[in-house]
Amino acid sequence: MEKRVIFKGWLLPLLLLTPQVVVTAVFFFWPAGQAVWQSLFIPDPFGLKSQFVGLGNFEFLLRDPFYRASFVTTAVFSLLVTAVSMGVALYLAVLADRLIKGAGTYRTLLIWPYAVAPAVAGVLWLFMFNTRVGVVSWYLGLLGYDWNHVLNGGEAMGLVVVASAWGRISYNFLFFLAGLQAIPRSVIEAAAIDGAHFWTRFRTIVFPLLSPVTFFLLVVNIVYAFFETFGVIHTITSGGPQQSTTILVYKVYADGFVGQDLGSSAAQSVILLIVVGILTVIQFKFIERRVHY
Amino acid sequence: MGVKTAYVAALLAGSVAWSGPALAATEIQWWHAFTGRLGDLLAEQVEQFNSSQDEYTVVASHKGNYSETLNAGIAAFRAGEQPHILQVFEVGTATMMAAEGAIKPVYEVMEEAGVEWDPDAYMGAVKGYYTTTDGRMLSLPYNSSTPVLYVNRDLFKEADLDPDMDLSTWEQVGEALDALKEAGIGCPLTTAWQSWVHLENLSAYHNVPFATKDNGFAGVDTELSFNGPVQVKHIETMGEWAKDGKFIYAGRRNEGGANFRGGECALFTESSAGYAGVKAEADFEFEIRPLPYWSDAEGAPQNTIIGGASLWVLSGHEPEDYKGVAEFLKFLSSSDVQAAWHQNTGYLPITTAAADQTKSEGFYDENPGTDIAGMQMTGKEPTANSKGLRLGSFDQIRGIIDEELEAVWAGDKEAQAALDSAVERGNQLLRRFEQANK
Repeated sequence: MEKRVIFKGWLLPLLLLTPQVVVTAVFFFWPAGQAVWQSLFIPDPFGLKSQFVGLGNFEFLLRDPFYRASFVTTAVFSLLVTAVSMGVALYLAVLADRLIKGAGTYRTLLIWPYAVAPAVAGVLWLFMFNTRVGVVSWYLGLLGYDWNHVLNGGEAMGLVVVASAWGRISYNFLFFLAGLQAIPRSVIEAAAIDGAHFWTRFRTIVFPLLSPVTFFLLVVNIVYAFFETFGVIHTITSGGPQQSTTILVYKVYADGFVGQDLGSSAAQSVILLIVVGILTVIQFKFIERRVHY
Repeated sequence: MGVKTAYVAALLAGSVAWSGPALAATEIQWWHAFTGRLGDLLAEQVEQFNSSQDEYTVVASHKGNYSETLNAGIAAFRAGEQPHILQVFEVGTATMMAAEGAIKPVYEVMEEAGVEWDPDAYMGAVKGYYTTTDGRMLSLPYNSSTPVLYVNRDLFKEADLDPDMDLSTWEQVGEALDALKEAGIGCPLTTAWQSWVHLENLSAYHNVPFATKDNGFAGVDTELSFNGPVQVKHIETMGEWAKDGKFIYAGRRNEGGANFRGGECALFTESSAGYAGVKAEADFEFEIRPLPYWSDAEGAPQNTIIGGASLWVLSGHEPEDYKGVAEFLKFLSSSDVQAAWHQNTGYLPITTAAADQTKSEGFYDENPGTDIAGMQMTGKEPTANSKGLRLGSFDQIRGIIDEELEAVWAGDKEAQAALDSAVERGNQLLRRFEQANK
């Protein structure tokens, strides 16, 4: 039986809840409701007239092969960003955790990239990989590799993934490091005395004990990859070439603010809302069960 | 003198900070998309107008790039806070035209204000883009340019080519590219604004339709038609050049400009407004040539069309304000202002008087090639195919065209298939635009 604090009556709990409910209503339910309402219309950009089309916007979207492809692009992109940023961060955190000398400097340096805004990060990476004047593409050219993310979709995807994951590594690193330091030394020492090697200790003790942190980061990183990587994609590829880096959020922007097609843009927001809802449910229903707190 | 300068400076600073009721002048808001040198030149025009009279004060505000400025204007209109004048790029023309309740056509502003104004003073090829089919001007052309061919003469010499060789046709350009490639030039040809230069202008220049219904001028039920034989042949050839390393694709906007200005590319198709930048940065001998055409195409060369932006007057202000707007637009159209703007930026003069003035001042003789853009546009009377484009959602359609062209440059698609697909995808957007503007 769970322990609960029971209030007598309704008034006080309602009163205590009000601020939270108001904030949620104003900043979430109201705009979300607007998006749902707008998704049923095709308005003109100036808001002078508007045609009710029912589910026409959704039909138009789901018929568009590029929109359907954008789901796959988003999935690939989010998984890659999450895997790369969490993988590298965990590796670095494990190394940093073992450091005795200079750990502070090492940590500080690793945290720096987090301070760089996504759009700026995008421009930095773009300069390095610029097909003509970029340093990295120049060295790749010396090695006989012709880097051209402007035309090659795979390379474009790789570049936006790296640029998006880069700043994120710092954030993940912080959490992993804190998680590692919270694991009691005695447990690890006991395992070491039992003859467990580093890898065995990591697999059987450290990683399971890190699982709450890992789960938290998984949720946060997927949300990041879905929504906050806009700046990187906008500066590096603008969704190209041939929409190979057009993730769902970028398309919402492109249709709404470049195409002035607010109906389609609103419909996409609604679809995105549903997708994120489903993802969250999956994460909490199926993955959280395997997390040890 | 020091005191006086300080006094003037304080006055100027005060007028910026207090450009409101303190001066008792009517304030005219102008939202634009210019930064850097263009922004400075624009500010100069505003300053000149403000100091020429004391009834109106024009306040210019930068609102981001073209798309962002248009969005800012639209958002402001929805909130009832719209500026008087909004700079909108040419691809936003159809969007603005369709917004009948949101705009106040320029001819109407001028008429109501009773300002002396002659619509025929404007260059036909420039104003045609922004006029209705029955000749009424909806927005004032502000910065207009047209694509031309830039030649790096040093690289031609390096490849043992005569830098004065005839490059008026794409066939001749093809021969030059062969020789340049042969000589080991890494970037024989590059371009900026591929859709604008190699499809929109290509169509107009060869007098073939880009879209039905007179390129959209005759109605919103227009359909794209740039998958005809002329366009397919051109894109196919460009695709082959890309495959052979003769055409180097640098990006959708003017990324190629850096390569040309850096002396890497021999030929570069770009807006005439790129002149100032090339002149400032190039440490090689360069030259401007007319945009090439295909010699076997009937009627070529027709005339090229413009790119750039125009000034739209938004509705919902006081009649008194519109008088000020009219005065300001008249000021912008005056020969002196236009001639200076044309000479400083490489944009086309919008009136014939400004062009004549520039000529008589000897500017074209001192800066050879700067008159080519004007001649290219005015050489022939524009036809229904070469008046301009008026297509809804055109910013996005350009994005689609960019994607499909990239597929050709990458060798993923045949020219015909790519253009067919661009037409089909673009038509869907046109249908949505038609529906939104029923």
